[in-house]
Amino acid sequence: MTLASMARKYEARKAPERKVATSAMIASLAAEGYDTVAAPFGHALVEAAKTDDRIVGLSADLSKYTDLHVFADAMPERFYQMGMAEQLLMSVAAGMARERFLPFATTYAVFAARRAYDFIAMAIAEENLPVKIVCALPGLTTGYGPSHQATEDLAIFRGLPNMTLIDPCDAVDVAGMVPAMVAHEGPVYARLLRGKVPSVLTRHRPDYRFELGRAQVIREGGDVLVISSGIMTMRALDAAEKLAGDRIDVAVLHVPTIKPLDVETILAESQAGGRLVVTAENHTVNGGLGEAVARELLTAGVASRFRMIALPDEFLEAGALPTLHEMYGLSVDRVAAQIKSWL
Amino acid sequence: MFRKFHPCFDVLALSVANPEGEEIMTPPDRSGRRSNVSLEERALNIRRKALRMGEIQGQGYIGQALGIADVLAATYFHALEYRPDDPEWEGRDRFLLSIGHYAIALYAALMEAGVLPEEEIETYGMDDSRMPMSGMASYTPGMEITGGSLGHGLGIAVGMAMGLRRKGNPALVYNLMSDGELGEGSTWEAVMSAVQWKLDNLICIVDFNNQQADGPTRDALAVAAEPPKWEAFGWHAQEVDGNDMDAVVAALDAARALAEPKPRVIICNTTMCKGVDFLERREITHFVRVEPDEWSKALAVLEEGKPQ
Repeated sequence: MTLASMARKYEARKAPERKVATSAMIASLAAEGYDTVAAPFGHALVEAAKTDDRIVGLSADLSKYTDLHVFADAMPERFYQMGMAEQLLMSVAAGMARERFLPFATTYAVFAARRAYDFIAMAIAEENLPVKIVCALPGLTTGYGPSHQATEDLAIFRGLPNMTLIDPCDAVDVAGMVPAMVAHEGPVYARLLRGKVPSVLTRHRPDYRFELGRAQVIREGGDVLVISSGIMTMRALDAAEKLAGDRIDVAVLHVPTIKPLDVETILAESQAGGRLVVTAENHTVNGGLGEAVARELLTAGVASRFRMIALPDEFLEAGALPTLHEMYGLSVDRVAAQIKSWL
Repeated sequence: MFRKFHPCFDVLALSVANPEGEEIMTPPDRSGRRSNVSLEERALNIRRKALRMGEIQGQGYIGQALGIADVLAATYFHALEYRPDDPEWEGRDRFLLSIGHYAIALYAALMEAGVLPEEEIETYGMDDSRMPMSGMASYTPGMEITGGSLGHGLGIAVGMAMGLRRKGNPALVYNLMSDGELGEGSTWEAVMSAVQWKLDNLICIVDFNNQQADGPTRDALAVAAEPPKWEAFGWHAQEVDGNDMDAVVAALDAARALAEPKPRVIICNTTMCKGVDFLERREITHFVRVEPDEWSKALAVLEEGKPQ
């Protein structure tokens, strides 16, 4: 329970005039104005598995909620239902990787990062085994409260040697990261967007393709450089369009690979043009993209004006996702307002 | 920097199907294990080597090593199929040391088996050694996994057994764990899963010496008798005196020969410091203290009691 909600625990409430339901866990992330793609992860994995016999899929009772059911339906003999046992899920994935298979293990980000951490650390990462951990509900993408909101997953896994971390923005990233994960030899933790996933990046930059380890400029702009990952790139692009109406020119550098970080591109862009540098991430302010970028800027002596958009160091409230995004600063309006306030 | 080449890196590009031709598809011929060295002598040699390593470091989990020596002798010189000169041979039975701190015992067994060169015994626990104090897969030939974070081995064993089955490889997976690991929830996740997947290629050996870090295991979580628990989950369970060579061999034979499609467990009740009477009588703790002059004394006691 969060402190704010605890303080109001005994206050009676009335039904609101405007009903906004709590986002169900299975709900897709709403992104207004974008086309969507159904289950891009599941379909991309099926495609990859058609030409790679090593690929197997495992889930801890969450295949439906990680789009792995698409793979399970298409290739049932290569799908392993491990039951509601995340420590087992990661151990078995490690064991199968030892036997030269290429396991994709799925669960929610909170359960991988919190419950199964030691097993990911010792059975997978320390051994540098090619286990691909793909987790739904990253950051603030559910209204269920802290039990399901993985607001610190990247901080946890950034501390783990050998791990590659991916925070995809949209359906293009999700589909593109699958073959990249297959080609990458070591362990990977990827945040997942599932269900009907918006296609964002190619609308802003038609030639965009996901490349592991590479940050890419999606939008040019002379006043502000937003360095963002995950769904915050979507928010930054929409905020940039909004700010353009105020004659504020915002560039967006999308960093889908959190580790290893594309330091070269980040430094080059941060040095160019004396722009305000703003990082934006769907993650706690501690230990994620923002702090990683800050370290690189400081180490390289790049004296940019620097601000961070991130979730606060708190257990977050339950509620409807749009309400929560507004409350915690992840909405397009809040992102735009924050950037404007810093100029 | 000191690590051996990781077995996974060079083979990732290969197809998993039949990586070594048809060889692994035929059941292994275990007659090659026959030797004119008795299992009792093997156990003695494992104890000797473990004591020597303890002497070199001035410390070590010698109580556990002396206790498990008979089980390791029976496993490595009666049950397991492997090639000493090719520790990563695809057809090998996999032996997982979940209890990383038992590495001193496994190094002794691997040296006795010819997997590790005995000339390196003096490097045990030293900088740049291939034999660190806690066992790690990336350091040591014959060490299949990195143990030490307890409760990991059986789950990995389940995954390897599933992987072997997927490849059509008839090799067995052995997981050696301790009674203390019976307190880890992850162990029981793996116990249930092994039954779910009918893993008849999985043999779990539990070293029950009733000693964990803070005291007797029976005073902590493993209060109830083990075989009924495992049987209730659907395992084939045996309980033996782990220091009775004939009993251990018979249990391993029974586990291997079982026709039922279920995983097998052998609870081995062992005595800490077995074979060195003055250490057996000492107040037993997780980390038995041995004075500098006692290592050679312990070796001498072993020699007196050696099999004729």
